[in-house]
Amino acid sequence: MSKGLPETRTDAAMSELVPEPRPKPAVPMKPVSINSNLLGYIGIDTIIEQMRKKTMKTGFDFNIMVVGQSGLGKSTLVNTLFKSQVSRKASSWNREEKIPKTVEIKAIGHVIEEGGVKMKLTVIDTPGFGDQINNENCWEPIEKYINEQYEKFLKEEVNIARKKRIPDTRVHCCLYFISPTGHSLRPLDLEFMKHLSKVVNIIPVIAKADTMTLEEKSEFKQRVRKELEIHGIEFYPQKEFDEDLEDKTENDKIRQESMPFAVVGSDKEYQVNGKRVLGRKTPWGIIEVENLNHCEFALLRDFVIRTHLQDLKEVTHNIHYETYRAKRLNDNGGLPPGEGLLGTVLPPVPATPCPTAE
Amino acid sequence: MAATDIARQVGEGCRTVPLAGHVGFDSLPDQLVNKSVSQGFCFNILCVGETGLGKSTLMDTLFNTKFEGEPATHTQPGVQLRSNTYDLQESNVGLKLTIVSTVGFGDQINKEDSYKPIVEFIDAQFEAYLQEELKIRRVLHTYHDSRIHACLYFIAPTGHSLKSLDLVTMKKLDSKVNIIPIIAKSDAISKSELTKFKIKITSELVSNGVQIYQFPTDDESVAEINGTMNAHLPFAVIGSTEELKIGNKMMKARQYPWGTVQVENEAHCDFVKLREMLIRVNMEDLREQTHTRHYELYRRCKLEEMGFKDTDPDSKPFSLQETYEAKRNEFLGELQKKEEEMRQMFVQRVKEKEAELKEAEKELHEKFDRLKKLHQDEKKKLEDKKKSLDDEVNAFKQRKTAAELLQSQGSQAGGSQTLKRDKEKKKYLHPPWLSKHWPTWLPHQSPALQSVVFPGPQSHSPFSEGSKRRYLMSFPLASSLALSSYDSLKVTALKLCEKSATSLFTPSPAHKTRLLEKTA
Repeated sequence: MSKGLPETRTDAAMSELVPEPRPKPAVPMKPVSINSNLLGYIGIDTIIEQMRKKTMKTGFDFNIMVVGQSGLGKSTLVNTLFKSQVSRKASSWNREEKIPKTVEIKAIGHVIEEGGVKMKLTVIDTPGFGDQINNENCWEPIEKYINEQYEKFLKEEVNIARKKRIPDTRVHCCLYFISPTGHSLRPLDLEFMKHLSKVVNIIPVIAKADTMTLEEKSEFKQRVRKELEIHGIEFYPQKEFDEDLEDKTENDKIRQESMPFAVVGSDKEYQVNGKRVLGRKTPWGIIEVENLNHCEFALLRDFVIRTHLQDLKEVTHNIHYETYRAKRLNDNGGLPPGEGLLGTVLPPVPATPCPTAE
Repeated sequence: MAATDIARQVGEGCRTVPLAGHVGFDSLPDQLVNKSVSQGFCFNILCVGETGLGKSTLMDTLFNTKFEGEPATHTQPGVQLRSNTYDLQESNVGLKLTIVSTVGFGDQINKEDSYKPIVEFIDAQFEAYLQEELKIRRVLHTYHDSRIHACLYFIAPTGHSLKSLDLVTMKKLDSKVNIIPIIAKSDAISKSELTKFKIKITSELVSNGVQIYQFPTDDESVAEINGTMNAHLPFAVIGSTEELKIGNKMMKARQYPWGTVQVENEAHCDFVKLREMLIRVNMEDLREQTHTRHYELYRRCKLEEMGFKDTDPDSKPFSLQETYEAKRNEFLGELQKKEEEMRQMFVQRVKEKEAELKEAEKELHEKFDRLKKLHQDEKKKLEDKKKSLDDEVNAFKQRKTAAELLQSQGSQAGGSQTLKRDKEKKKYLHPPWLSKHWPTWLPHQSPALQSVVFPGPQSHSPFSEGSKRRYLMSFPLASSLALSSYDSLKVTALKLCEKSATSLFTPSPAHKTRLLEKTA
């Protein structure tokens, strides 16, 4: 089986994608110390192809959670992100259905396919968050849900006869919707993010950004960033998990300039300049969702889906899940997940030395 | 405060939703691959085969490089495994390659246990991974995976069939590792023999139930090629690191007087096929099989052995945590019991020892008492004897003086009392207590003695002891005899006293002299 030169092969694979902001390109040659001189082509780099084929066959899981007060456009945004009706909008509910008195957790799964890649997408909605008069501890059900998913995975993992592929229901990413007041973060926002940034990757998002002008937007973003920093809230991408310099510079750029993303969501298409674009029609113009001048939706989409999707899953698996597991195995015998961990969630493993119990 | 209603609408039959536009998650495999590339891959090959079959050469040929290592001798006492790790890089892919070779396989006279080091090695790698996985704080994503992904089994090119050593070893290894059998040094077999040999080998493997690695045929893109390759197993390979000029190209080949065997010529040997299958097509599959099949099997067996079960008798699922806790408590309980036992044993031993010592002490006391009593008895006896001796001596003295007096009187009175005197003399000379100790060589009644000791009527004056002696000494023979007998009497008596005294205790010198004086 004769194969072309390796370089052209990988390029060919890349060009299959629609031209758009590219994912992180294949890592350039790193100066690794070589113990032996290779005299000819062996074919080790074909492992990339082999691996890719395998993963495409098995498919992926991705679980995204949206948290925010009702009316901030959560479901719309998710639908816009995945360009399909994956989330049922609250406004389309029957009027007679009562507004939930408590925080509910609704998880809906869909299978979407693109370019030969199958993905099982689960959108976890939290209606009722922040909607009551007394919102104390309204993050608890959410925290409990997240820990339950970790618990389920842990149980599967410690089985004697394990499944070949453990179904992954852990929450990989949590989009937190900040209301565009233009002032600062609300206490509820701070509390929620403080508690949950330790168990899940939180990406703060400024919702309904079309209500702010450009200056207001940038000022608000700066204020939000500063407040998050003051309160020590580590949102994704967390500084401590940057693996190498390249990641660090890239993530720093995102952290300091773009986040939190100010987004606008829409699932309606309009005709603009002869193209059909997703947008919102207002008396004073059409706001194009994917236009970088109008809002930062495209940045969010690229960030979450096209470049950092795998990283989100890996951070969840390698760090948040491991932290949960270590804590759970350290505890003496079966405390149900919610009780032992309320208010005593450990920081991620690399940051603080946890007591080792063997 | 906030009770939770968790409503789940996810079913196993999730509906597929069509996408209205390009989302972009089809770059996900690329993202995944990029991450793996930056982490690096690792691949571990185990080469099992007799010494001299060309294992190292084949590895060199496969990876186009010269790995270090010297050929092994045939005199190894047992089978050992030699492992080396190399970092290879091709374009942007870094591979951590570990090659493990058996050393001394098949060289021993008794090959019954030859497979054991190999199986133990493979198990050790699984065990290390399992230990890492079971740790509370673990770093699996940066863990250097040392589990064997592929085992190349080198078959000697006899042309007939598999050796029984091969069969036994392969049977032991087939559930632990992916076995790929290859015929080594296949330039020793002609083409026709080779086909027969291959058929024989495959049939033997099948009839013995050995599960060799089958290249996967479920993915359409590689199903075809894998299928054909499966038919070519076991691969007949030739290894060579020498490059020879053939035509106008440099090729790896072996030169013989009758021709040149080209390694990469598919008509000559199956080396190219092996390389394709092992590296270019199925490396990832080998790794996956190792992890999902062989490692899981090992893990399951190991955990079941340790006593963990998935469900308890009520068929409620056990949690590993609970089982672990139970086991830990059990273990602690056992430890405590053992500690108790040891403590009790210790106490018991101490008691025994104490009793022994006490008994010994008692014995000693008794002995001491006994001895003391003995001493006292002897001492008393001795004193009695001494006393009686003294008495006798005194009595004797008195009698002597009395006798002398009488004698001096009697010499005036005539000799009528001679008889009486004789009698008395006899009495003096032979006191009853002395008859026991009278030395036999001395005559009991010697007239000379009598007349000597008690001289005749001529003597008048009362003699002192010393004068008596002097007197006696003037009579040579008799005196000597008398003297000697008297002395010996004295000496004997003294000696006897001494003996009986020293047998019990040594009297002080003062006492001794006193005794002497008294008897003298």
